[in-house]
Amino acid sequence: MFRGLLKSPAFVVGAGLFLLTILVALFAPLVIDVDTQTRVGLAYMPPSSEHWLGTDHLGIDMVSLLIAGLRASLHVGFLAGIVATVVGTLIGVYGGYKGGLIDDILTVATNLFLVIPSLIVLILLSSSLEEGRSLSLIALIIGCTTWTWSARAVRAQSASLRGRDHVALARINGYGTFGIVTLHILPYLLSYIFMVFILQTATGILSEASISMLGLGPYDSVSLGKILNEAIRNEALTDGAWWAFVPAMVLVTIIAFALYVINTAMEGVFNPRLRK
Amino acid sequence: MLQSNPTLRHILGRAGWYFLTFLVAVTINFLLPRLGDANPIDTIMARSTGNIDTKTAREREEAYLKEFGLIEVDDKGEIVRNPDGSPVKTPLIKQFGAYLVMSLKGDLGTSILQYPKKVSEIIKTALPWTIALQLPTIVLGWIIGNLLGALAAYKRGVFDRVLYPLALLASAVPAFCVGILLVYVFGIRLEWLPAVGGYDEGMVPSLSWEFIQSASYYYILPFLSIFLIVVGGQAIGMRSMCIYELGTDYVKYAKLLGIRESKILLYMFRNAMLPQLTGLALALGAMVGGALITEMIFSYPGLGMAVLTAIQGNDYPLITGCTLLVTVCVLVANFSVDILVGFLDPRIRAAQMGGK
Repeated sequence: MFRGLLKSPAFVVGAGLFLLTILVALFAPLVIDVDTQTRVGLAYMPPSSEHWLGTDHLGIDMVSLLIAGLRASLHVGFLAGIVATVVGTLIGVYGGYKGGLIDDILTVATNLFLVIPSLIVLILLSSSLEEGRSLSLIALIIGCTTWTWSARAVRAQSASLRGRDHVALARINGYGTFGIVTLHILPYLLSYIFMVFILQTATGILSEASISMLGLGPYDSVSLGKILNEAIRNEALTDGAWWAFVPAMVLVTIIAFALYVINTAMEGVFNPRLRK
Repeated sequence: MLQSNPTLRHILGRAGWYFLTFLVAVTINFLLPRLGDANPIDTIMARSTGNIDTKTAREREEAYLKEFGLIEVDDKGEIVRNPDGSPVKTPLIKQFGAYLVMSLKGDLGTSILQYPKKVSEIIKTALPWTIALQLPTIVLGWIIGNLLGALAAYKRGVFDRVLYPLALLASAVPAFCVGILLVYVFGIRLEWLPAVGGYDEGMVPSLSWEFIQSASYYYILPFLSIFLIVVGGQAIGMRSMCIYELGTDYVKYAKLLGIRESKILLYMFRNAMLPQLTGLALALGAMVGGALITEMIFSYPGLGMAVLTAIQGNDYPLITGCTLLVTVCVLVANFSVDILVGFLDPRIRAAQMGGK
């Protein structure tokens, strides 16, 4: 299965790009001095040999800010992705396997929250937490607002597995719900759940950027969304300081694009109908 | 009557479901801002504190508490007091009841930032801009995106190889990035089009020819930035739907019969459309959210801008008013799509006619 993935050029490109951003986030601080506090020059200094991407409105080195922002965005993305995938999978698998009234209630709840725009819930939650909006808390909130469609997608898959022979056999052999779900349903959904996780991570990174753009970003770290928010608030656009916002936008786009490409490539490999 | 009219029954059923969703949305709008420790009154008081003594400050605070329905008021409009003189706080559940009744009436409270202006008044001036920007853009983007997606799936080859990665890239670029880039390149660098705002400064919104001309000039950039993303996302979905349809028996059979390509494409399009319509209903929330952020970047005088200023000024009634209204708009749009699918999908139509 994995070999099939490696044969798909789209997957290799997407995974390569994504791995590259992770490597940069992990190892760049070891190679160059990441300092997001000290003012190293004047406001909006253009790129130079000393500061490759110039400075921001406070005169802080942009490369440092971008690396710190990249780390924060990946942190939010992974955490939000894990929360959303776990919550969605639990609700989806349980409802799909159990069926009946519990399933009905969970489905109605999922559909309710699916229709209400998650950005709206995100705005309401973040704006009520005036103090103490840490990066991890934001990730948690994002995860708690975006789980809905993964629950819906997983439920459909899980419900289709319920009638399979091996599940019936497990039931006859006296396995409880927990045993059947963990041993006989989840393993079949693994590739699917991984795809959900990839998409949820992308959603997490984009949601953080959106919410930070509104000025509801984390107080404790520099994120890519916050860099953009600061640049726009401090007239980087009208000053023509493209280095203050273009690199951050490129980074967000590369991450999201890489994750989308991974997802579509996996869909092509795992879903035989799409195979040509 | 319901027995004899299945379509009506379907519509009523969906309406009931959406009303339930509306109630949940109202509850969220009420509860979430009250979960945190931030209190709107403290915000106003913090702004107006200066050289006023404690007594005046207290009187003013009580007036605000009364205005926002946080303390009990008797029939004559007098504040009900505890024995020690402090006002009696309204229990949360009673506040919620009042909030629900007010929301259903369309009264969304009073803005803090623009006190004593009503939230509904502020929204009334912002809403037409948001609808005028988002509705045509999303509908048009949906149609064009689906056409392109179907073409890409059917033609494959170069067409697919060029269009598909482009669409994938377009849908991966966050809405705000497209907005920022368009503002920077066409608004500020090239100065081809106005960068921010909804109409020329100094103009008063009216239905005059000059005003419409100016507004449509300002319309182009925000329109483009939402349009491009919707097209990209829809084209991708439609492409995979159509590839699936291409493998089905009816298409193969039609090809064997030698039916004209355009006719097969039409059959396929109709079948692939329905899931796309349902997909539109589900994606609407995300689209509107993205478009709100686009509005903020362009300082477009719609709801997005209202939300942004409200957030910056901690104007809770205005935030919740805007979020509630956006939710209602999304619900209404979803409801319309649901009804439309009911009319278009022969299976749902048959289920209605069958009178299950």
